[in-house]
Amino acid sequence: MSLVLYRIDDRLIHGQVVVGWGQRLGLAFIVLVDDAVRANVWEQELYRMGVPGAMDVVFATVAEAAPRIAEWEADARKGLLLTGDVETMVALCAAAPAVRKVNVGGIHAREGRTERLRYVFLSETEAQQLAALAARGVEVTAQDLPTAKPVPVAELL
Amino acid sequence: MSEPLVGVVVAHSELAAALLAAVRAIAGEDVGLVAVSNTGCDRAALMRSLDAAIAGRPAVIFTDMAGGSCAFTASALARGRGDVKVVTGVNLAMLVDFAFHRTLPVAEAARRAVEVGRTAVGAVEK
Repeated sequence: MSLVLYRIDDRLIHGQVVVGWGQRLGLAFIVLVDDAVRANVWEQELYRMGVPGAMDVVFATVAEAAPRIAEWEADARKGLLLTGDVETMVALCAAAPAVRKVNVGGIHAREGRTERLRYVFLSETEAQQLAALAARGVEVTAQDLPTAKPVPVAELL
Repeated sequence: MSEPLVGVVVAHSELAAALLAAVRAIAGEDVGLVAVSNTGCDRAALMRSLDAAIAGRPAVIFTDMAGGSCAFTASALARGRGDVKVVTGVNLAMLVDFAFHRTLPVAEAARRAVEVGRTAVGAVEK
C-alpha cells in the first residue's frame, strides 16, 4: 500500500498522528525523518513507547531516507513519513523526486511566523519553500486530521 | 517539613483546566495543582510552559495520553531530574488523592497516583 502520507508536523509522533491518522488509515509503520532524533537513542525509545506495539517506527536522516523511499513505497503495508519542519521535507523532496504529495499537518507559532491556519504558522521563507515545492509539481495541502478538508497551498501563502 | 509537591496537569485542549476545576469542586481550593494546555504549542513552547508551571519546585507532572506530545515533553523535562516525575493517563481520582498527599517524596507520590488512578478504573457490573 506504500507511504500514504508525507507529513510536516512539529510535534512529530503524537496523538494526531498515531490515533487520528493511524487508526483511520490503518497505518502499520511510521518513518520519522529527523537528524536530531536519529542521533538520540533515548528520544527514539520514547517515541517507540508512544506507538502501538504492532506499529513499526523507522528513524532516519534525510540522507538515509531518500534512497529508501522506493522500498517503503513498495511495502505491502501502509506507512506515514514524518518530518518536523518544512526545511527537512524540502530537503527530502529534493533528494527523492518520487515524493509527489506533502501534507502540512502542524506547524505552530514561533517568532517570525504568521498564522495561516489555526494549526499552520509559517515564516515567509517557509511559505516560499512550500510554494516552490508546489511549483515543481508536488501537491502541497494543509490538513491536520483525515476528517478535515485539505486546504490548498495557495491559501497558505 | 519539606516544600509540598506541585502537581502539573498537562493535556490536550481544555482538559487540564477542566480536571482542575473538578478537583477544586471536590477537594477545595488549595490543591497544589497547575493546568497546562498544549494548544498552539510546538514541543519547545510546551517545554517552556511546563518549566514555568514547575518553577523549580519538586513536582509530579500528570499527562493525558501516554505517547502524546504532552507525555513526550514532560518526559523530556523530567529526564535527569530526580525531583520531577511523570504519570500518564491522568484521571480525577488520582488528582483528588494527590491533593491530600503532597508531602510525600516525589517518587512515592507518583507511584501512589498510578495505583489510585488504576484502582479507579473499572467496569460497573450492575
